[in-house]
Amino acid sequence: MVNIGCVITTPGSSKNNKTGSWRTFKPILDKEKCIDCDNCIVFCPDSSVNKQHDIDYDYCKGCGICAHECPSDAIEMVKE
Amino acid sequence: MVDIPDKNLLAPGHRGCAGCGASIAVKLALNALGENTVAISATGCLEVMTTPYPETAWEVPFIHVAFENSGAVASGVESALRIQGKDDVNVVAFGGDGGTVDIGLQSLSGAMERGHNMTYICYDNEAYMNTGIQRSGATPFGATTTTSPMGSASFGEDKPKKNMPMIMAAHGIPYVATASIAYPEDFVKKVKKAAETKGAAYIHLQQPCTTGWGFSSDRTIEMGRLAVETGSWILYEIENGKFDITYRPEERKPVKEYLAPQKRFRHLSDELIEKIQKYVDAECAELGL
Ligand SMILES: Cc1ncc(C[n+]2csc(CCOP(=O)(O)OP(=O)(O)O)c2C)c(N)n1
Ligand code: SF4
Ligand code: SF4
Ligand code: SF4
Ligand SMILES: [Mg+2]
Repeated sequence: MVNIGCVITTPGSSKNNKTGSWRTFKPILDKEKCIDCDNCIVFCPDSSVNKQHDIDYDYCKGCGICAHECPSDAIEMVKE
Repeated sequence: MVDIPDKNLLAPGHRGCAGCGASIAVKLALNALGENTVAISATGCLEVMTTPYPETAWEVPFIHVAFENSGAVASGVESALRIQGKDDVNVVAFGGDGGTVDIGLQSLSGAMERGHNMTYICYDNEAYMNTGIQRSGATPFGATTTTSPMGSASFGEDKPKKNMPMIMAAHGIPYVATASIAYPEDFVKKVKKAAETKGAAYIHLQQPCTTGWGFSSDRTIEMGRLAVETGSWILYEIENGKFDITYRPEERKPVKEYLAPQKRFRHLSDELIEKIQKYVDAECAELGL
């Protein structure tokens, strides 16, 4: 059923769409090496790194930005 | 660094390309503005990737409008809120470069002229990306696009980028700034300033696009950084008529370092690269970088 005006009433409902299935490379984050700069959180296009630097693989598309912008090489991209 | 919120106001699950700079831009802007915000977006990658019916990635009220109408609809939203006495709501409009510097220019100009209390953010990926990389007025000199293709008869786009932030400044609005997703602190500060400004504010944000520019998805931020470090994109603000550079590269890198990694510039001859370098040098000299 299409709502009048195509109104969508559930904010953030894109979460139904698990974009993690797009991934060909998977970021693996080593918390031992992490220096808490938060680059991986700030630059993730898919809001997939939380405050504790856990990666949400349901949505992470494996773009590799977090690994590329990590100043301490704490993130490695490994083939799925 | 940038404050990290407990909840991102742009949800995951959107359909942006892996490594999309537009989603980084909008996530940062919304998180800076907070939940008391209404967002408006013209047609383009941003709207298409975030609202495939019946889903939305927006965690704040959002309205999608026609390609040319972001400025006009944001004016109406702002007026309606003002008449209801809701003066504390942030009204933010987004438009791509096509939606801003080309087809949406007149409605945006009117909104700025009337002085609506809103922030307009142009997310500039330097072409019409959503429809397959056609040139816009914001496409830089030398870039190949599907409507300015390089080949035996052409080297690609033959006109320089339209100077949109200065066109906005010429409206005499209280706040105009340029920004880049590669400098998030600078960008977030400008978004907050724009929101606090009484009246119209305009931010022109450069947003590298992995698909349209032709670089691997992990290098989105690096491309933004190279644009700024080479002086190809200059970070400044104009607050009540006062011009300030907000970031100065320690030593300006040759523009070739920015052009070389991108497929859209890979065909350029040394002479054309030299021409672009001279153009960038002149722009930097004019703005005092
Ligand atoms: C009046 C009108 N003309 C053409 C289109 C087709 N169209 C949809 S998105 C788009 C390109 C948008 O380019 P831009 O504003 O730069 O945003 P981007 O997709 O690059 O993010 C075009 C031409 C349209 N939707 N409406
Ligand atoms: S690989 Fe890309 S999508 Fe995945 S967590 Fe890193 S930045 Fe986010
Ligand atoms: S980018 Fe690297 S160092 Fe910085 S918070 Fe993420 S994992 Fe830690
Ligand atoms: S084409 Fe560019 S702007 Fe559009 S979704 Fe892909 S990366 Fe983002
Ligand atoms: Mg565009």
